[in-house]
Amino acid sequence: MRLIRNLIRTPEGAIGLGILALLVLIALLAPALSPGDPLKIAARPLLPPFTDVNFPLGTDRLGRDVLAGIIHGTRTSLAVGIAAALAAIAIGLCVGLAAGFAGGLVDEALMRVVDAFQIVPSFLLALAFVSVIGASVPVVVLAIALGAWADPARLTRAQVLSIRERDYIASARVIGMHPVEIAFKEILPNALPPVLALSAIIVAAAILTEAALSFLGLGDPNVVTWGSMIAEGRNILRSSPSLSIFPGIALVVTVVGVYLFSEGLTNALAGRRSEA
Amino acid sequence: MNRALRLIRRRAISSIPVLLIVIVLTFLLLESASGDAVDAYLLSIGGGDATVAQSLRQAYGLDQSMPARLWLYVSSLAKLDLGWSVTFGRPVLDLILERLPNTLLLMGSATALSFGLGSALGILAGAKPESLRDRALSTVSLILYAIPSFWLGLVLSIIFAVQLRWLPTSGIETIASGKTGLTRAADIAAHLVLPVAALALIYMALFLRVTRAGMAEVWRLDFVLFARSKGLSRARIVLRHVARNALLPLVTMLGLQSAAMLGGSVVIESIFAIPGFGRLAQEAVSGRDAPLLMGIIVVSAVLVICVNLVVDIVYAALDPRVGASESGG
Repeated sequence: MRLIRNLIRTPEGAIGLGILALLVLIALLAPALSPGDPLKIAARPLLPPFTDVNFPLGTDRLGRDVLAGIIHGTRTSLAVGIAAALAAIAIGLCVGLAAGFAGGLVDEALMRVVDAFQIVPSFLLALAFVSVIGASVPVVVLAIALGAWADPARLTRAQVLSIRERDYIASARVIGMHPVEIAFKEILPNALPPVLALSAIIVAAAILTEAALSFLGLGDPNVVTWGSMIAEGRNILRSSPSLSIFPGIALVVTVVGVYLFSEGLTNALAGRRSEA
Repeated sequence: MNRALRLIRRRAISSIPVLLIVIVLTFLLLESASGDAVDAYLLSIGGGDATVAQSLRQAYGLDQSMPARLWLYVSSLAKLDLGWSVTFGRPVLDLILERLPNTLLLMGSATALSFGLGSALGILAGAKPESLRDRALSTVSLILYAIPSFWLGLVLSIIFAVQLRWLPTSGIETIASGKTGLTRAADIAAHLVLPVAALALIYMALFLRVTRAGMAEVWRLDFVLFARSKGLSRARIVLRHVARNALLPLVTMLGLQSAAMLGGSVVIESIFAIPGFGRLAQEAVSGRDAPLLMGIIVVSAVLVICVNLVVDIVYAALDPRVGASESGG
């Protein structure tokens, strides 16, 4: 609770939390805000924006409601971004913990795998992964996570290496705690905070990667995403640029919200440390 | 110079296992795809009977077991043979070498622009922490950093190519213009302005933020206080003491960002129709061309290793504390 109070006290944190809360609300209430399938034809095609009260942002080439697409796209963006970041952090934590705790040959081998994932451009990897397995939401989530777990793994390992030399770990060993128990009960909770601070950046990157993938036509074709809306509008960019511009603005607002939230969180955490 | 050579040798040796991991994992990934290159080829020519498919598989070595083919791939890779692209009907290496210069030009220009502008603006912001100028630059950079490059590319081309007609919308140069020498270079430069801007602005924002954050830390250190007490001018302290120490981490970052920038070039090249490496990746994906995709991933890994090596050498030259004996990793 105190963390949230500290978070709201920083201007970045307050604005970021506000934007994210609004987006989560839109995502949760999407079926109520715009009932029905957003991919269904709703009106005359290419209705310009700000002309019809029922379709404030107009319609696209096939007569689909742009506002409905943006509302439902919020769901996809947030869901994919958060799920991919959670998966990446989970993989990264496990690998980093194993490497840092086991040491020796296991550490060496795991870190070379981490290196391998860091030198292959993650977008290229996601592109190859989705094209091989086939585009669906879970595959996109996994593809993004595959390119994002290396940083948290490296950070977790560094944390573990510095924590495992401390006295309380030695005493846990002396009283006969099982190494696995030490890893999960003593080391993991203390290694977690800096990795969690990284998670907001991973969410933001995941949202941007998802948008780029669906922009290239490698997203799930059965759900509406901001990236696919931008791609769809691109075909008639000269005559109706607004079709690509609106979903892009939604994307920028979302990512700015995540960044501000993350900055506020980092400041709040730093404040807590200096208070203590 | 001796130190640089030792650094290169050590890095090259430690890169080999990493590269092998990349090759094996990519191979396994592409292996799990349903259908192989022969299926894709037969589909593209409108079908064929089983004997044709059989003889084609034999010709390309696709009838052998998986480990045998992996070994075949690695051993031919050692001879710089990256295989045969089915969609283009040409060797993969030729295709990649043909497309790579455009992408290197795009990435090099974007790196130079983002590094130069980003560090300069970062110094401006970090020279007076918490001032109005600092807050304005930080806010603008935060928003720029959140803009997806592909969308920025579209918006820039709407404004500057479609509405104002100042710059060309696509391509790397005017086709069959017969231009040579300087006029050709100017033509290519005009074509590159928008894609480079779309790719670079995000990294510019990143470098600005990192420089600014680095300077904010250095301001607190004792030697800055000492420089102040010596009565040095503010400009001299900012440039010679604070900025110089804050810029060093930026050089390391340049290497780390090269992989991300290479990935970003896929979308940018697709928007601006630049026949480069990134667009080749997209063509390999849409053509289900496994050997080409494999080659692209391997070459991009090698490229990132090389960029990081150059960055290491530059870093060692800039920071005398980095000795060649220090182990990398």
